[in-house]
Amino acid sequence: MIALLIRDLRLALRAGGGFGLGLAFFLILTVLVPFSVGPQSALLSTIAPGILWLGALLACLLSLDRLLALDFEDGTLDVLATAPLPLEAALAVKALAHWVTTGLPLVLASPFLGVLLNLPQQGFGWLVISLLLGTPALSMIGTFGAALTVGIKRGGLLMSLLVLPLYVPTLIFGAEAARRGAIGMAVETPLLLLAGISLGAVALLPFAAASALRMTIR
Amino acid sequence: MELCLTDVAVARGGVPVLSGVSFTLAAGQALVLRGPNGSGKTTLLRAIAGLQPVLSGTITGASDRVAYAGHADGLKSMLSVAENLQFWAAVYGEHDIGAALDAYALAPLADRLTGTLSAGQKRRAGLARLMVTGRPIWVLDEPTVSLDRDAVALFAGAVRTHLGAGGMALLATHIDLGLEAQVLDVTGLRADSDALHGASDEAFL
Repeated sequence: MIALLIRDLRLALRAGGGFGLGLAFFLILTVLVPFSVGPQSALLSTIAPGILWLGALLACLLSLDRLLALDFEDGTLDVLATAPLPLEAALAVKALAHWVTTGLPLVLASPFLGVLLNLPQQGFGWLVISLLLGTPALSMIGTFGAALTVGIKRGGLLMSLLVLPLYVPTLIFGAEAARRGAIGMAVETPLLLLAGISLGAVALLPFAAASALRMTIR
Repeated sequence: MELCLTDVAVARGGVPVLSGVSFTLAAGQALVLRGPNGSGKTTLLRAIAGLQPVLSGTITGASDRVAYAGHADGLKSMLSVAENLQFWAAVYGEHDIGAALDAYALAPLADRLTGTLSAGQKRRAGLARLMVTGRPIWVLDEPTVSLDRDAVALFAGAVRTHLGAGGMALLATHIDLGLEAQVLDVTGLRADSDALHGASDEAFL
């Protein structure tokens, strides 16, 4: 399992691995928002948590396409499916690798981008915590979506349509936690629900993803 | 333990392609599948590897003992040959890739990125992957595609060594490797494609 994690991380960092893709998208989006809505700092600080969460979600979605498709094309998935490593574990590790290369950089970059959107000072901590709790769910749900559509050539559109509704609860509770944190309200309820979604996704979706993958590679 | 197929039928895309396949393979033996394109060799091999279910019949002695090499090599083009083999060796719980590199004369290429290799060199690296799995049953689908004559000889030697160590090999191939092997011609086992043995849901999907 560790070998698979190391391999995926190494591949992401090599040329064409798409390590910076999500991060660059996140950066571009948050840099452009102040230009498009105008320099009204009150408005910007109101919408900042929502924009940052939306940017993180779309950046995650952008990189899902390559999560399993490349392994499918070069036959790696066939071999992994016959390897001693259970497919559930392999997919959980691949989701973890996706989180480390996509979710974690987004979490680390978010405070700096929060400055660009005039996020209130008290909101930074809660923004980072909400993203830290929510992005694992995004990676795991995305792995499930990728497993469902991996056999379809250019299945990116179908995958986005399947995954986006599943992302909605994470977005609602994540953005709500960040918003409440920014205006100084209590954040426990949305944070607990967000953590619940993440834990549920990590516990259950590897099995769903493995079943879906067994269907698609047969 | 021997590999035993009893009256196996397989389908591809919901259409039955082969039925009534039965054979037994003991340790140290090889079986060559022959048949024209589209006769179901790949589908049968994938079923034996456990990648797809059989329509009917039973396969015994195959689970967790098969190393499968399909049309794609399962190698990452942005990793070097050695990194690819080390990864698969780790997945299968083995450590030494030296023997695999030597058997396919890959030592000079070990540090090259797989994406920069020729098709035949890549194929050799893909076949070397079987040696780092430590699995007794090699299931090989058209293993000699894009290999030159020397590489085919290397491959035949590797299979012979594997059989000599008590392994088994199942090959779908059109060329003669000079191996002592049973031959199963699947041409006569073509399934009646009108008879959908409970495969209609797959045909629908």
